[in-house]
Amino acid sequence: MAETGLAAAAHNDGVPGSVPGEIVIRVDDVTQEFGSRTIFRNVSVDIHAGEVFVVLGGSGCGKSTLLKQMIGLLPPTQGRISVYGHDVVEDTDAVRSKIGVMFQSGALFGSMNLLENIMLALAVFTDLPLAARTEIARGKLAMVGLADAALRLPAEISGGMAKRAAIARALVLDPPILFLDEPSAGLDPITSAGLDKLILDLRDTLGATFVVVTHELQSILAISDRCIMLDRDAQGMIALGKPKELRAHSTEPVVRAFFNRETL
Amino acid sequence: MSAAAVAMRVEDGRIVFSGPLEVKSIAAVWQKAMTAARRQPGEALNVDISECPHVDTAGATLLLAMERLHESEVNLTGADPKAAALIEQMRHIIPPELTHKQEVAAQREAEAAQQGPDMLTLLQTRIAFFGETMVALIALPAKLRFLRGSDFAHIADNAGMQAVPLVLMLGFLIGMILAFQSAIPMRQFGADLYVANLVAISLFRELGPLLVSVILAGRTGSAFAAELGTMKVNEEVAALTTMGIDPETMLVLPRIAAAVAVMPGLVILMDVSGLIGMGVVLMILGFPPSAIIAQINSTAGPADFILGLVKGLVFAAAVAMIGCRAGLTAGNGPRAVGEAATSAVVGGIVATVLLDGLFAVMTYRLGL
Repeated sequence: MAETGLAAAAHNDGVPGSVPGEIVIRVDDVTQEFGSRTIFRNVSVDIHAGEVFVVLGGSGCGKSTLLKQMIGLLPPTQGRISVYGHDVVEDTDAVRSKIGVMFQSGALFGSMNLLENIMLALAVFTDLPLAARTEIARGKLAMVGLADAALRLPAEISGGMAKRAAIARALVLDPPILFLDEPSAGLDPITSAGLDKLILDLRDTLGATFVVVTHELQSILAISDRCIMLDRDAQGMIALGKPKELRAHSTEPVVRAFFNRETL
Repeated sequence: MSAAAVAMRVEDGRIVFSGPLEVKSIAAVWQKAMTAARRQPGEALNVDISECPHVDTAGATLLLAMERLHESEVNLTGADPKAAALIEQMRHIIPPELTHKQEVAAQREAEAAQQGPDMLTLLQTRIAFFGETMVALIALPAKLRFLRGSDFAHIADNAGMQAVPLVLMLGFLIGMILAFQSAIPMRQFGADLYVANLVAISLFRELGPLLVSVILAGRTGSAFAAELGTMKVNEEVAALTTMGIDPETMLVLPRIAAAVAVMPGLVILMDVSGLIGMGVVLMILGFPPSAIIAQINSTAGPADFILGLVKGLVFAAAVAMIGCRAGLTAGNGPRAVGEAATSAVVGGIVATVLLDGLFAVMTYRLGL
């Protein structure tokens, strides 16, 4: 029987030197300010190989901001973030070769069909012939259940399909780390549950590390190994741990309210 | 990005891969692997990946593509448990390759879905839009609360004030070029002073409104299309409709009104700057300003000037309406916004020229 999870990720994630539980992302004392407005301050967290790590919190707490920092789109005001030891601001190319990103809207290229969306990175970063690129891209679409929609334009598919296609595009170069921004937002519960299952399947199949930004409680409980909770009023991190433990034992009112769907 | 190399060799009837079978490395062996898989029909294909430290999904796809091409038994040996599990999962996920017939059918279906509406539908859409705008105009007194003065001012500023430098520059240059090009042949007949008459009549009756209308189509018509097209793509237009606010009243009429309102001013500026440009050339050629002004007054009268202004008003209404139509009938996605802007510019210029032709016939028949 094949190994799965951390052990599999460790010896077969394509990143030399990976070991079980190795820290693949380190967020070190990070602060983000826009002018005089502080989004969060002094956030520190380590993310380990093969885990599904969720960034959660209410609207406007800085979840997507933290994600943008981790993928190198937004330099932190203070602090440092590294991916496999590479600084995301100073060593952007090394970081980007190890990550795939699914943006909240899907961000599929509207002028290309789904197959072309996925083949783009293969054409740019490999010397594969067209037949091989097509074969691999079709495989990725099949992995996310979109084998029949390969020739459709993004405008012709549903929101759930667009998110699946965006995950397929993020997966195309088999990156060891995948960042997903609000994968379940705006989706019906069945599609959302299907997407959660897809994330877990991909983690098990590929041994990849997932960083997922969401505030969908069902998704968090279904997929998350560990999570960090940000809070707008506290301007920073108010919880870090396993979601079921936080739900059961946290004494922080906001955390309890979030997990138990209570009002403050 | 560099990647560790992968190699392929045939050894004891087996195809042996060595090195990581990864997306960034398999390009080196893809064609060889496919050729090798094709060459052994009817025989078992033995593939050994024991020398591959890592197999990713692209590597698994390579092995499965070989398997499919070979069309008979494939013995895969040397896979570590993780790679074996990945290949097995991919085998279940990847659908069988489409037959040529299925591929063609899928392609046709996709092309049909991507095709825009036919000519008849496009014509109907344009006529319907014109009709809806006219209805909105008639019903406007009852819907004045839908209008926002600040929107109108903003649109008029964009379409008018911000176009002034461009209009002045183009008018001045066109006046100079027309005068210079006309003066050379007319001088041979000693008629170079009549360049003033020619340029003045051309500008007042024809070039003034025509050029400003082309500028309006390029700047303002395209902006209307892009703005309304983006609103359509973002479902803002649908939101207005569901709130009971018809987009023709709130979005289209203010834009048409703004374009029509700024047009006379722009035409006057174009005429004046053109005359100044012409005057500069004639003065360089040795004619005093008083002679140039006398020549203009002797030929071009208020009727020519007013005809130009009236033409400008009609052109502006057409250009603005076409821009708004292009935006509000845009399709989905960012490409649709670009197509709407292109359609607005092309449609605006074509409509301007057609209307100008219509004016030429009318003024001739009316003796104006």
